[in-house]
Amino acid sequence: MGMKLDEALVRARRALDKPAEFGPDLNVSEFAVVTGGNELALSRGRDRLSLVGVDLSDENRAGSYYQVDESVVGISAKMPGLTVLPFEHAIEEGIIENYVWELVPPDLDKYTALNAIYGRRGYVVVAERKRKIREPVQACLFMSSPGGIQVPHNVIIAEEGSELSVYTGCTIMPEVVGLHVGVTEIYVKHGAKVNFVMIHAWNEDAHVRPRTAVLVEEGGTYVEHYINMAPVASLQARPRVTLAGREAKAHLSSVIVAKGRSLMDFGGLIRLEGEETRGEIVSRVIAKDFARTTSRLRLEANGIGCRGHTECNGLMLSKRAQILTIPELLSSVSDAELTHEAAVGKLKEEEIYYLTARGIKRKEAISMLVRGFMNVRIEGLPSKLRRQIDLAIAMAAAGL
Amino acid sequence: MRMTALYVRNLFVRSSGEKMILKNVSLELYSGERVLLLGPNGSGKSSLIQTIMGNPKYEVVSGEIYLNSERITDLPTEDRVSRGLGVIFQMSPVIRGISLRDLLVKVSKRSGVSLEDVRAVADELNATHLLDRSLNQGFSGGEMKKAELLLLFAQNPKIALIDEIDSGVDVDSLNSVGKVFQRLFSDENRTLLIVTHTGHIARYVGVNTAYVMINGRIVCKGDPKRILETIFKEGFNKCLECVGVGDEAR
Repeated sequence: MGMKLDEALVRARRALDKPAEFGPDLNVSEFAVVTGGNELALSRGRDRLSLVGVDLSDENRAGSYYQVDESVVGISAKMPGLTVLPFEHAIEEGIIENYVWELVPPDLDKYTALNAIYGRRGYVVVAERKRKIREPVQACLFMSSPGGIQVPHNVIIAEEGSELSVYTGCTIMPEVVGLHVGVTEIYVKHGAKVNFVMIHAWNEDAHVRPRTAVLVEEGGTYVEHYINMAPVASLQARPRVTLAGREAKAHLSSVIVAKGRSLMDFGGLIRLEGEETRGEIVSRVIAKDFARTTSRLRLEANGIGCRGHTECNGLMLSKRAQILTIPELLSSVSDAELTHEAAVGKLKEEEIYYLTARGIKRKEAISMLVRGFMNVRIEGLPSKLRRQIDLAIAMAAAGL
Repeated sequence: MRMTALYVRNLFVRSSGEKMILKNVSLELYSGERVLLLGPNGSGKSSLIQTIMGNPKYEVVSGEIYLNSERITDLPTEDRVSRGLGVIFQMSPVIRGISLRDLLVKVSKRSGVSLEDVRAVADELNATHLLDRSLNQGFSGGEMKKAELLLLFAQNPKIALIDEIDSGVDVDSLNSVGKVFQRLFSDENRTLLIVTHTGHIARYVGVNTAYVMINGRIVCKGDPKRILETIFKEGFNKCLECVGVGDEAR
């Protein structure tokens, strides 16, 4: 294992100046690793945490992980067949040897390099073979110190036939300048299912560069839902899913609320490698104030009989905001079916009028339509996660 | 003495700054009266309904609209609704992300109609499977009408403007829609203005008066039975020829 991390370190050092493929380039030397985060900081951030749905009581959770800055302040696993460990322990115990830096290259860009060099924290969640874990595992990544970097390395493994839901709430104290680079590698084994929900609420001085990659084996299903509801200085991420096995499925959806002067570049990439694989990426972007957003949705078809669809909708709530959508479909097989639909615009006057004709006040009709725009239907999501998403969306809508 | 529920006087209306689509339209509905508004496609019937509702697409150039003697010509739509006006749209928009159930809950909360009653009507209309779908998304023509009727039921308006509820509905659905419609409007105090070009829906509610509109003008007012018979036999052109077929020519 040491060898592998050493090699990652060597590769990372060579990539420390390598800009990311997309998004504004940052000078990473302006940020420093801050340890010493503690439970007190967590409790001070209670309001921020509830914004991203983190429940410190730990009720209705199969397990949990709390990280403040670069310190692990709490961890638990309450269900049989579920392992939740800090990244470092999992490394020491040798249980993630074959899973670290396999899906995300340490030298992908300067941000993964930073993570490989400085990252010692993060969570590892493993569901045992055939174990169906109904309650979600809650992971909380909280930044409380100014000028800090947070570089967790997370690994999620759903063994054959298992089911697992991971709910991640990431936030930062107001007015704290910080850089968050979470690396997450997710393995969905044969016939397994993983639901991965991320809710982010950063601040106007935070820079965020998550790097997530997923590998889905035969008959496996990966469902991801991302919600970003608060302003951010800059955010760039494009989770990458490889559907390697036959009949593997993935659904990625995201709801981005871009306000203030936020720069948000978010998307998704699904590689349909296996035969009869299915992939779908759904994106909803709301741009307000001076925010600028880019949605990069890409499907790559290599498997016989695979099918994919992307859907990208943008809602402009300001004349000065900007929404750019970039749907890409690449097929290397003749019988793949890839489709995309995209629309950017403002609220339709006809719809507002229709609701007022039902007796709803114009202002309320507008907020109902905005809220409705953010509603993304995700099939098969456990009801608790669904409720959590609904709550987050309601809060995001209320903040508009 | 009969009270006037809805009074439209000498209305001239333009659509989105274009040509005049309603020309000197006047009609009066007494409280509890059921009135048919007949006319060929494109004659301006839906435009009149939408103008009465306050759809911003329609610009009132001159003329007035009164609801229970109050001038509502310049009121926003929601204020007209809060004064007792309700509508069934001929074409309602698809609204993604808002389910029929969400909207019914909102509307019935305002009107005080119980959700149990709404649910019972949904059942009767064979429309419960539509409740959790985004409004009108993938709905057939008949399903859209059922959703509209459910919403109107939840709204419980004193004066209802019904635009072509009987078009695009199959025979079975028309029967269930008709029956619910009949029961819903058995209340004698409710005033109805029913736009139809088939006349089917008139079989489910007794109507007192019929108006005929052609090219944006009311050309005839009179006994609904006689007017319907004439139209079915000889078409709307007869109305142009014979403006005196009713009791009062306009």
